[in-house]
Amino acid sequence: MAKRIILGFVATLLVIAGAYAAFYIAPNERTMGVLQRIFYFHAATAWAGMDAFFICFVANLLYVWKRQPKYDWLGVTCAEVGLVCTTVVLITGPIWAKPAWGIWWTWDARLTSTFVLWLLYISYLLLRSLIEEPERRALLSALFGIFAYIDVPLVFFSIRWWRTQHPAPVVMGGPGSGLDPIMSRVFYFNVFVMHVFVLFLIVERYVLEKLRHDVDLLQREAEAQ
Amino acid sequence: MSLLASTTTLLGKELRTEFRSRELLTTTIVFILVVLILFSFAISPTAEESREFGPGLLWLAILFAASLMLQPCFLREQNNDTLSSLRLAVSDPFAIFLAKLIANTLFLVLTEILMLPLFAAFYNIPILPQLHYLLLVLFLGSLGVSVAGTALSAISAQARMRELLLPLLLLPLLTPVLVVSATVSVSLLEREPVVQWKGIGFLAVFDLIFLTALWLFGEYLLEE
Amino acid sequence: MTSPSLSPTGLRFENIDKRYGGLFALRRVSLEIAPGECVVLAGRNGSGKTTLLRIAARIVRPTAGKLTFPGASSEAAGNGRPGYVAHSTMVYDELSAEENLVLFAKLQNVPQPEARAEELLQEVGLYDRRTSLVRTYSRGMRQRIAIARALIHRPSVLLFDEPATGLDPLGISWLANTLSEVSRSGCTIVMSLHGESEISPLATRAIRLDAGSVIADTQSGSSLRSILTFGGA
Repeated sequence: MAKRIILGFVATLLVIAGAYAAFYIAPNERTMGVLQRIFYFHAATAWAGMDAFFICFVANLLYVWKRQPKYDWLGVTCAEVGLVCTTVVLITGPIWAKPAWGIWWTWDARLTSTFVLWLLYISYLLLRSLIEEPERRALLSALFGIFAYIDVPLVFFSIRWWRTQHPAPVVMGGPGSGLDPIMSRVFYFNVFVMHVFVLFLIVERYVLEKLRHDVDLLQREAEAQ
Repeated sequence: MSLLASTTTLLGKELRTEFRSRELLTTTIVFILVVLILFSFAISPTAEESREFGPGLLWLAILFAASLMLQPCFLREQNNDTLSSLRLAVSDPFAIFLAKLIANTLFLVLTEILMLPLFAAFYNIPILPQLHYLLLVLFLGSLGVSVAGTALSAISAQARMRELLLPLLLLPLLTPVLVVSATVSVSLLEREPVVQWKGIGFLAVFDLIFLTALWLFGEYLLEE
Repeated sequence: MTSPSLSPTGLRFENIDKRYGGLFALRRVSLEIAPGECVVLAGRNGSGKTTLLRIAARIVRPTAGKLTFPGASSEAAGNGRPGYVAHSTMVYDELSAEENLVLFAKLQNVPQPEARAEELLQEVGLYDRRTSLVRTYSRGMRQRIAIARALIHRPSVLLFDEPATGLDPLGISWLANTLSEVSRSGCTIVMSLHGESEISPLATRAIRLDAGSVIADTQSGSSLRSILTFGGA
């Protein structure tokens, strides 16, 4: 319990530090000005979200193999946290793109994959809500999670190789693409910050899921009496 | 019984069942037809636009039709609990999936072949010159749809609201198939056709990846 | 009709648990059923009879514990798997009786599947209706095709989940005869029953389940009658 509070405290401090760095330490970007700073938040969140989905994938595999409920809890936790990150990415993207490029959206590889990813994990959660029995739910959603995750690289490459007909603006250009050294450091710092914050979210959500499971167990036992 | 033998026997059963009632085939054909017609009401393309958008619309229609056609796949086996007797009788559970996905691919391709002349007529697109390549793309794309669809059908059959759930699970997953099949079909049907071998290869890889995933995890999909 | 293809086979349940989301359908069930026994499982609805049978049929995986078939031969048709008859027929309505039996015979490597199917159809009295779709069958006929399907691979173990449900007195008589014949040929039978009936006298042993545990067994001294009628069955 104490560790969780410390983690929460540290995570919050880091987020504040990261925001400060993004707004005050990083230099102004040449063409886009202040608005570009959202990039630090946006890209870092995207990265942390992808890692959350990766953990979800591993948890799914482990559940199918070992059938221990804790892997199911980890799976749904990471799926939800990843989904929150992805939602943030999908919202902050257009917020940046509209003033910067004049368009809300473009169907480039990264954005499209992110959107399909979002759809897949929404479906994952929806599937879970439609299966009552806990073991069935855990197994079937783990299997769907596995199929969904292996689909993601296929989505990404299919869009990248076959949907870049018009020159698409390089939305949120790659982190390493000739960034000023200070910008680079701020960027990686924010990546670290978001990972810690996402870790905090995962821990809290996992604990919640475990509690939910325990309550459900007690309820079913009481009903059986 | 070996995997091949079990699959062949089960495939025989799938085909016999379907050709006796022809329910799936007729409803799928009519559905694609309706969708194609509705598309041309919604957008009235010029000749050039037809060539550019037509194939994409065809694939969209195929995907929608498939997400409906694949629902009975495992739902049927819940009647009289035949899934249990299959699981008892078959040595390798993958045979159950293999037979169903081959049957589903066959039904889809058959439907598409029947629809092609109508498609060519509605959208004024000559399909004969590149027919062999077009059929290849139709086959590989339909195979991908079937593999993913058969697997997901086993999942959705065990949940509530399964009629709405299957399209929801399946359609995002099939994004790569839609994108690549549509693009390759468009290049095939252009005034100066181009065969995109990279795309065809990609579809084959998609099929292989999901087939492998189904082979690895299939028996868990059937567990009770 | 059956003459089990190879060796007589028993069943051994070792500490079988089956949990559904925290509720135990079966709790530490350990049973040894000898080859050739005809065992009746009794108990109220929800006592775990169906779950135990489905685990024995290998359709359901136990949460914990082990199930073995002492004496089973893996060269037998159908991999020595038990025959299983449940509430559903587990055959295809859209196929004929003959087509169904040939299908299941082929899948389980039964030699000369068509001949075997024909043999069974004669035995269960469905030969005349063999080309009709199962969809057209009456309840009694459906029970018979279900039994034929379960016996097609000459299993050494037969599992029945409440076989008499929905049968008229004639059907029940036929069932009792069939079971008696099957038992005499050396097959091990485990069936769940709701109470006393024409079928219960066939039992060589009875076991009572309640809330997922074994609470009485004729092997340990309880009487058959008490097990079948305990607590109003």
